[in-house]
Amino acid sequence: MSEPPDPRTDPDVDLRVPADRGELTVRPVTVLATIAAGGVLGALARAGLQHVVPHAPTGFPWATFGINLSGCLLIGVLMAALGHLGGGHPLARPFLGVGVLGGFTTFSTYAVDVQQALVAGARGTALAYLAATVLGALVAVGLGDAATTGLVRRWAAR
Amino acid sequence: MTVLLIALGAAVGAPLRYLTDRAVQSRHGSAFPWGTFTVNVVGSLLLGALVGWPAGPTVGALLGTGFCGALTTYSTFSYETLRLARSGRRFLALANVLGSVAAGLTAATVGYALAGVVTG
Repeated sequence: MSEPPDPRTDPDVDLRVPADRGELTVRPVTVLATIAAGGVLGALARAGLQHVVPHAPTGFPWATFGINLSGCLLIGVLMAALGHLGGGHPLARPFLGVGVLGGFTTFSTYAVDVQQALVAGARGTALAYLAATVLGALVAVGLGDAATTGLVRRWAAR
Repeated sequence: MTVLLIALGAAVGAPLRYLTDRAVQSRHGSAFPWGTFTVNVVGSLLLGALVGWPAGPTVGALLGTGFCGALTTYSTFSYETLRLARSGRRFLALANVLGSVAAGLTAATVGYALAGVVTG
């Protein structure tokens, strides 16, 4: 089993990948509607978790922390799996990657929660949350990618 | 009702992220993921402004949780950083992490302060 041929950097849309360049011109409505549907599902899951695990402005935003780390783990898994499947179904990446995981994870809530913790005077919490999310996210995406690639290689070697 | 507002915001935010990413990425030749950087900074500015305003629960669900939440992304940001590091572009990977976090936090602060000034 050789390395996946996919050299993409951007899991949403990488214009160096021919399939991505043509994606929107071939069937724009289908692609955008698929992304919107995935985005709605991801956002509702995020809102549900944030509702169940609320946090005070001075508290650690555990819900958003868990959402962003698990979303990063899953994009690592997804992109590695799709890479080994030769891209998979044409709508799999737009739906699951751009839509569901893009809508589930959030950068704006992360930035504003750090800023709000600073405004509330909780500098320690702000710094801990800022660093833990970004470091945890990078570990999670690397772990998701490596674990999936390892599993696929083991399957292929059988 | 809140669920519908969040869904509506996300149904616009997620495709807009994709379209913005395409538009930005087609306008430069560098390996730096300016597209995702752009949506994350703009979304942080807007959410900062909504919190500083402060927006009520209806606008908060539609534009904050729904639109800004779906417009911005942590998964794409982290995956792009991984790809940059794996392809030997370690400096760009580090610049993406430090630049995105610094710019996002600055944007949130500016949005919050601007909304405070405008609404008094």
